[in-house]
Amino acid sequence: MKASDFSYENPNSLNAALALLANQDGDVQLLAGGQSLMPMMNFRLAAPDTLVDLNGVKELQFIQETETSIEIGAMTRYVQLEQSPLVTQHIPLFAKALPHIAHSAIRNRGTIGGSAALADPAAEMPALLIALGATLNLQSLTGQRSVLADDFFLGLYETTLADGEIIESISIPKLASTDRTGFYELARRHGDYAMAGVAVVDRVVGDLASLRVVFFAISDRPVRDQKMEDLLQRPSANDEQQHLKEAIGQLEFHGDLNADAATKQHLAGVVLNRALKEMET
Amino acid sequence: MNQRHSISMTVNGEAITMDVPVRMNLVDFLRNELGLTGSHVGCEHGVCGACTLKIDGEMVRGCLMLAVQADGCTITTIEGFADDPRSDRLQAAFERNNALQCGYCTPGMLASALDYIEAGGSTDRTAIRQHISGNYCRCTGYQSIVDAIAQTIEEGQKS
Amino acid sequence: MSGPLTNLDRPNSYIGRTVPRPDAKRLLQGRGQYVDDLQLPRMVHAAFVRSPHAHARVKEIDTTAATSLPGVVAIYTAKDFVDHVTPYVGVLTHLQGLRSAPQMPLATDVVRWQGEPVVMVVAHNRAIAEDACGLIEIDFEPLAEVCDAAAALKDDATIIHPEFDSNLAWERLVDSGDVEAIWDRDDVTVIERDFTFGRHTGVTLESRASLVEFNPADETLTYHYSGQAPHMMQAVLAKHLDLPEENVRLVARDVGGSFGIKIHTYGDDVATAIAARLLRRPVKFVADRMESFVSDIHARDHTVHGRIAVDSSGVIAAMEIDDLTGIGPFSMYPRTSAIECNQILNLTGAPYQIENYRARGRVVFQNKNMMCQYRAVGHPVAMAVADGLLEAAAHEINMDVVAIRRKNLIADTAYPATSAAGMKFDDLSHQRALEKLVSMMDYDGLRQSQEEARERGVYRGIGLVSMVEVTNPSPMFYGVGGASISAQDGATVRLDAAGALHVSSSITEQGQGTNTIIAQIAADRFGVDIDRVKVTTGDTATTPYGGGTWASRGAGIGGEAVLLAAQALRQQVLEIAGTILQAAPDSLDINNGQIVDVEGAATRMSLGELGRIVYYRGNELPNDMMPEMIATRHYRVTDFPFVFTNGAMAAHVEVDPETGFVKILDFWAVEDCGRVINPKLVDEQIRGGVIQGIGGALYEECLYSDDGQMLNASMADYLVPMAAEMPDIHIAHIETPTKTSTLGAKGAGEAGTGGAPAALMNAVNDALRPLDASIYQMPMTPQRILRVLGIGKD
Repeated sequence: MKASDFSYENPNSLNAALALLANQDGDVQLLAGGQSLMPMMNFRLAAPDTLVDLNGVKELQFIQETETSIEIGAMTRYVQLEQSPLVTQHIPLFAKALPHIAHSAIRNRGTIGGSAALADPAAEMPALLIALGATLNLQSLTGQRSVLADDFFLGLYETTLADGEIIESISIPKLASTDRTGFYELARRHGDYAMAGVAVVDRVVGDLASLRVVFFAISDRPVRDQKMEDLLQRPSANDEQQHLKEAIGQLEFHGDLNADAATKQHLAGVVLNRALKEMET
Repeated sequence: MNQRHSISMTVNGEAITMDVPVRMNLVDFLRNELGLTGSHVGCEHGVCGACTLKIDGEMVRGCLMLAVQADGCTITTIEGFADDPRSDRLQAAFERNNALQCGYCTPGMLASALDYIEAGGSTDRTAIRQHISGNYCRCTGYQSIVDAIAQTIEEGQKS
Repeated sequence: MSGPLTNLDRPNSYIGRTVPRPDAKRLLQGRGQYVDDLQLPRMVHAAFVRSPHAHARVKEIDTTAATSLPGVVAIYTAKDFVDHVTPYVGVLTHLQGLRSAPQMPLATDVVRWQGEPVVMVVAHNRAIAEDACGLIEIDFEPLAEVCDAAAALKDDATIIHPEFDSNLAWERLVDSGDVEAIWDRDDVTVIERDFTFGRHTGVTLESRASLVEFNPADETLTYHYSGQAPHMMQAVLAKHLDLPEENVRLVARDVGGSFGIKIHTYGDDVATAIAARLLRRPVKFVADRMESFVSDIHARDHTVHGRIAVDSSGVIAAMEIDDLTGIGPFSMYPRTSAIECNQILNLTGAPYQIENYRARGRVVFQNKNMMCQYRAVGHPVAMAVADGLLEAAAHEINMDVVAIRRKNLIADTAYPATSAAGMKFDDLSHQRALEKLVSMMDYDGLRQSQEEARERGVYRGIGLVSMVEVTNPSPMFYGVGGASISAQDGATVRLDAAGALHVSSSITEQGQGTNTIIAQIAADRFGVDIDRVKVTTGDTATTPYGGGTWASRGAGIGGEAVLLAAQALRQQVLEIAGTILQAAPDSLDINNGQIVDVEGAATRMSLGELGRIVYYRGNELPNDMMPEMIATRHYRVTDFPFVFTNGAMAAHVEVDPETGFVKILDFWAVEDCGRVINPKLVDEQIRGGVIQGIGGALYEECLYSDDGQMLNASMADYLVPMAAEMPDIHIAHIETPTKTSTLGAKGAGEAGTGGAPAALMNAVNDALRPLDASIYQMPMTPQRILRVLGIGKD
């Protein structure tokens, strides 16, 4: 299980990385934290001709505050999110979810941008970003664009990232102290990918006031369902459980080795109820 | 292995400069090029934890980093921990509790345990178990390892 | 040095004492020496192209591109090896009727499982070898595969070996008493269950590794070995590579776990030896994790239909099982793949007094990776079937599960005894073990708290198992069937000129603490401080001949040989000392490395002084005295085919009926392994075994697609037990030494793995009972538990 050979590039600026991405021939891949790409290379499921290592691009590692948002550089590692007072204060959902992501040796290397770009449907981060209403800021040699997390994840390992684009940063609207968040996942072992999981963000004030419910590890992408959110926002509707069950029944489930589609459908209801219950307390 | 890069780093306190194949991962480099065979290779996909080591103070998987990425870094392997008095108490506790059998997971387990202890981890057994849950041991029942870590923390609190 | 074995008050009393392992410090400092740590001059590395198909004809192999890749040293296919190895067949004559086909290290013409090695590449490093593997093109013609064991026996099934009339490898029937007379009796309750046990594998953290050097000057082959049976592999390699046995040397240094995985003949390992001989330079092969999953032996893939009849008082009137197992396309060489089934037939119901017992076992070929002996061979299946049936029957007749065991366990006073399957038992303590377990776990209190929890809607369950374990096998296990597998072990104990002891033994160390207990026994029986004992194991050039460490035989058989050798050397030394000191040998003793008077314990001379006289100043000895200062003794079990141990275990679990998750709240194990040599080592052996049993019961399974592709050949997808989900495990001992040896030790290595799954299955079913659901399939995954609760069914 040794990686096949490649050219290694180690740029120290975003511009240099973008230039390499644009100008190298063949299969060019970006190396972020490497906690998913390196295994795939060792298995030879990934065999890039050129590997552009972003770990030397220090301008992509930051956590900053604006009036309304927290701006996080794409190469910010999970451990930095865990340790950041800004994140703890303004994105409490991360504090709840991060301990469930693999193990600390992995979180010491894994990055927020890498996880977003990989778009593993079983991973927590894409769902968290959608639930938080995050915006991904993408950079290419020709310009910059911003994409809502809602629109970024297209399917299994598939995103809107175009050739030559790099995620520069992720903007996450701050949560107010009255906003509530919930997170629940069912993993067979601590740190494993979940059999089903959900992130819930209930913003009660401001322009963004809304309830967002995003499932992960149930389909080929993170799953958000407007109908279900509407349902949950109608206070004390009769037969809420029955309606929720029906709404979940409308979702598309993809089975995996630990849970087939029917099991995931059942567990989606369980994790949602548990996340909501946790929010009440 | 055609493509190579020159790298410089400090490994267990010793300055190293070497030419390495770019595709070689860090743990293979330490083992095969530097002869630091204390770090073990168990899965090569980041799950078993046998290759866990410290780089610039952070615990990482040696199989999920390229050697070239360690250019300019400071690395501590089990051989380095062994010579560091800070791990004496932990090693003694592992020995006393029979917290190792075949010894293959032990270097990674020790690295993980040290990380937990030095970060001020508590003697709570659930917390200890969660912290070492990225390190696979097939031989012990994990219980003796948890005992050893908890005892080391208790001793540290007393002294 | 006289007196009972475990008088811990006398000097150098190490037997029965927790002594830290002398080799622990070395391993803790990263100074272990595993095969992959060794680098030899001119060493090259092997990788294999493995079959992507479960069953296919190999039509053409094109190695042109790979051959010209810089760094490639050699490429071999089966035809390149034809003149350099003889085929091997995994059969034993005492397993009557067992058949298998000849096997070669690389597939010839037909591949029969996904993962079977087809082409070997040797290159300057493993990465280049893998590059070359990627350039090799093989034209396969897929053949119909037979993966399901039951389907393999159907009339229209593809026959995997055309020379046989069916895919049946072996069948055995046991019929004792008259079960047919029982089923229809009015006064019995009959329970039937179908049990399914998932395929799992060892996942040794150090994968299989071989480094082989061949010296053409003297035709010697040195094999650096990560395994459990050096002398067996010496014989296997010598035979099939046509070398004199004395020219083959196996050396095992540190071994990163084995559990029965590394005791078999694997094609890639044999190919490595052949390549080293052909290339006349060292060749290293280290299986990567992916190839470990598809080539290390698997185990436990059994379906068992079980039936029990109990009378109204709970007495077992009859038991019957029908076991079906698929073993892959060949029976593994040389231990065969029929042993697990054989053990299941032998052991099901073995703790209980059963008059009427019938069992059928069928072992079939299929196109999956091969199965063979792995820790606790057959035990988890046998225990889960018998105790699963027993607890189900107890509930059916409203009897407590402890009470029904009390009713049926073979009485502690009834030994020697023979089971319905013909197993000979002695020195067992089922009843005491059960009572100790019940009191240790506070069974009644636990039942009460279970009731209270149920009222709160919390589903907890308590499950037990009473078990036997096969340990210390005699020649009746393998040798009788024609295999070059030794059931005896030897130890040589030598006193050096400085007064230190050197012990070499034919048993092996894979982490159990073998070297530690050897030192303990030698120091104890001879009379020196344990620090003055140096132990050598694992090297066929320097140790006496013997079997190695497997089947929980190291301490019981190898340990007894050490005891006998140390006592013999002690006697020699006392005679020498008697001559030097002009004293009667029996008036002298050895304590703490000193020759002392038995009366008064006055020190007469040190062993160092004695050593100097013997080795340097022999002129001071009488001319007719030629001291040996070395003794070798061998030991094997006679009278019994195996020395059985017994134990009782219990699990306390909580099942979340919404998610199907099982949380283990507590686990208890009472074990009678006879003489305990080192309590701490034994306890952690048992704990590690229990965890491995929990793995099989809740997590581990080699998943295959219908067409024979292993679906979870990675550690991300094959779930081994990790620390967070595992419980602390309470252990207690009963010591009933075996009368077959002076030491009295039986094995302890496999009890946990053998018993834990049954206790867990019973506990889960106990938790599910109020929900009117039960599960008899392992692993008991969340999804399977949800299914039996009716959730997610179509």
